[in-house]
Amino acid sequence: MESAWVALGLSLKVALWATAFAMVFGVAVGYALSRWRFPGRELLDSLLLLPMVLPPTVLGYYLLVLVGRRGWLGGWLDKLGIHLIFTWQGAVIAATVVAFPFVCKSARAAFETVDPQFEQAARVLGTPEPAIFFRVSLPLAWRGILAGVLLAFARALGEFGATLMVAGSIPGKTQTLSIAVYEAVQAGQDETANLLVLITSACCVSVLLLAGRLAPLRLVGRN
Amino acid sequence: MIWDLDVHKLMGSNGHRFRLDIAFRSDSRRLVLFGPSGAGKSLTLQAIAGLLRPDAGHVRLEGQALFDADRGIDLPPQQRRLAYLFQDYALFPHLTVRQNVGFGLAGGWRNPRRHFRHEMVERWLRSFELEALADRYPDQLSGGQRQRTALARALVSEPRALLLDEPFAALDSQLRRRLRAELAELQQRLSTPMVLITHDEADVQAFADEVVCIDAGSATQAVGNELAAQAAPA
Repeated sequence: MESAWVALGLSLKVALWATAFAMVFGVAVGYALSRWRFPGRELLDSLLLLPMVLPPTVLGYYLLVLVGRRGWLGGWLDKLGIHLIFTWQGAVIAATVVAFPFVCKSARAAFETVDPQFEQAARVLGTPEPAIFFRVSLPLAWRGILAGVLLAFARALGEFGATLMVAGSIPGKTQTLSIAVYEAVQAGQDETANLLVLITSACCVSVLLLAGRLAPLRLVGRN
Repeated sequence: MIWDLDVHKLMGSNGHRFRLDIAFRSDSRRLVLFGPSGAGKSLTLQAIAGLLRPDAGHVRLEGQALFDADRGIDLPPQQRRLAYLFQDYALFPHLTVRQNVGFGLAGGWRNPRRHFRHEMVERWLRSFELEALADRYPDQLSGGQRQRTALARALVSEPRALLLDEPFAALDSQLRRRLRAELAELQQRLSTPMVLITHDEADVQAFADEVVCIDAGSATQAVGNELAAQAAPA
């Protein structure tokens, strides 16, 4: 029984870190996509959404190729003494990648609903560009972004395939809730499986309820 | 010379082209750019404010170049110290009246707080009779109150000139008459140079010392309230 709570704690830790990273990168990239026109913008947009449609195992494989001990980035990190494979930090990377598109997509849509005239007004009033982002664009887009962030959190919490491939299933170290469910069922521990499934479902339902409250964007029109 | 403009810009793509060639000089503190919608009035105003970058030419205000293609000068809008009244006022919907008015005074990466107090802000709130509304949000204001808030926000940082984009278009006709008079009175009091763009002849009658007619991207200048066309330089 106690292992269930350990798995829940680990899941929350991984999901929170992953959501935080996905939020920072997703908002930045979503903003760039909504404001700057450059060749290949739509192609980049599609590529960034790939984690939503690729099978998690394929994603996990890509990550192994990238950060594995002999991977492009992994070999280099290895020299610095950083090992990501079979660690909870590796699980965070896997969860970040699957959560990222949810934030990015909703952030782009939310920034596109912000009338550029508000940013122009701030510009004429003497506000420096980075300050305009934090004082005008972000607050006006925030509700739409938040809905995406919650979905990203739910997705990160439920992440299974890519996490299993990158971080494995080490109890108390990388065995998250969704992986623990799989292990429990395989081992015939129905009682543990039942508890784990209930906890996971309860977490996801509360996130979805919260997201549903925020999702119907209170569209901030031109005053 | 207060205004010295010579602005050229080729806009658009995919077969739909618009050529902006606006040149005028004026010493009027109440200048009206008059013309039908789609003639290039707003683009001209944006070029003055630095929101639109011309391909060639110059924009000078009281002898200072805000933009000069030949000399490679292009001050960002932040450094032009102009105020711009947008057609639908562009009040920040997430900020109260007081926060909106104080927006330009608050440096840094954070908006003025709700209880932010600043002498200049309070002065302008008083002068536009907005004190009672200071804690309201823009969507809780009437058209006239929004315009006064936008004017207060524009004037609080003591701009060198005020640019007004169809300031009365969003108002009903009775209010329009009253606010026209208020604006003319305000201009007299502040003596800040103002450029107003409109497609409404009544605005011209009420406000203009000088009129520049803009049609299909080019300008003709007339002095006083005379709309009689007079060839523009270049």
